[in-house]
Amino acid sequence: MNKVFPNARTALEGLLRNNMLIAAGGFGLCGVPDRLIDAVRDSGVTGLTIASNNAGLDGEGLGKLLRSRQVRKMISSYVGDNKEFERQYLAGEIEVEFSPQGTLAERMRAGGAGIPGFYTPTGVGTLIAEGKATREFNGRCYLLERAIVADIALVKAWKADTSGNLMFRKTARNFNVPAATCGKICVVEVEEIVEVGALDPDHIHLPGIYVHHLVLGAPYDKKIEFRTTRLREA
Amino acid sequence: MTEDLRNAIARRAARLLPDGAYVNLGIGLPTLVANYIPPDREIIFHSENGLLGLGPAPDESNFDPEMINAGKTPVTLLKGGAIFHHNDAFLMIRGGHLDYALLGAFQVSSRGDLANWATLGDNKAPAVGGAMDLAAGAREVWALMEHVTRTGAPRILDTCTYPLTAAGVVTRIFTDLATITINDGLIVEEMADGVTFDYLQSVTGAPLRVR
Repeated sequence: MNKVFPNARTALEGLLRNNMLIAAGGFGLCGVPDRLIDAVRDSGVTGLTIASNNAGLDGEGLGKLLRSRQVRKMISSYVGDNKEFERQYLAGEIEVEFSPQGTLAERMRAGGAGIPGFYTPTGVGTLIAEGKATREFNGRCYLLERAIVADIALVKAWKADTSGNLMFRKTARNFNVPAATCGKICVVEVEEIVEVGALDPDHIHLPGIYVHHLVLGAPYDKKIEFRTTRLREA
Repeated sequence: MTEDLRNAIARRAARLLPDGAYVNLGIGLPTLVANYIPPDREIIFHSENGLLGLGPAPDESNFDPEMINAGKTPVTLLKGGAIFHHNDAFLMIRGGHLDYALLGAFQVSSRGDLANWATLGDNKAPAVGGAMDLAAGAREVWALMEHVTRTGAPRILDTCTYPLTAAGVVTRIFTDLATITINDGLIVEEMADGVTFDYLQSVTGAPLRVR
């Protein structure tokens, strides 16, 4: 078994097709699989549907694929903070399926868990409920939401061992775990790859069973959307 | 609304959070609440992107681009804090484990309907984010907002005109003019200095009563 590929291009070789569904981890610019996104852009595939909480910034993260017009549809909770995404949405150039953030995470988890749909209280009585079945349980109304099973999942983790066991760092874990589990093929970029046995089994956040291809993406230049810090106290 | 008024709203909401509460603060005005927690109370703050135990913003020495809140701004973690993924973050919210969600609002109805994600009128994309999950899932939802719009129109109404985030969930409204409880209608708990009941009623789009 060899899951480790020399670079993002080879890690995705043979996996990318036009019109495919991709689930991507990341929240804002945190925990975004940048190397893999670059490789998707360079591959030139088009008509993509991407399930991801948001789409980075204009020209950052998934914003790169929006700018290059490779995305037909986004399944997201949030369009703001990315001018090009918002522009394409308002101009009707891109389809957006709004999914509440927790519903989106659960749709990925359900897809990875072999559960085709689930009832949730989120969105009942709102525009999100239009066209969706509802059902009452114990006197409360719930909305039927469908799972997401992606053709591929693109994930960014902190450390991996060569068998694909993953550890994440701080809030970069976010959507990477649900995205990883819902991909028929899960491709992961990491900052460090260690030998099998070097990670404490009790400290593994995502077991290697979910991870198919692995690539070392370092070095990273980590960015943040809003850098607001306190003045240092004297 | 001036900074002073925004801070006054945050201070009133902070005072009513009980010791030991697990609380999610929405983006914007509600984040100010963290600055006014009375020192004798321990409140644990939650963020949708996988944090419990949020501390103050970092300074340049402990800034970490991978330590952010749901508003995508840098935060720190207090001792005893925990980090998890998005499914767990929303399991806490949707499963009723989170005690309070304090959210900004465009409009609130006298039945507790909340509208805070889309106006559909202006040239802006809607922003649902985690608001629907928080509104539907938290044990108690408080709305923090300006009492009237920029043009002076009421934001507290019989029926919201903007698309709903969730129906019948808001239990308290904090505005620059008053604190209002929703319990079979709108009950005025507190009014800001210089505000009379008649004036408050004149800028509110649904009947008010006093306790």
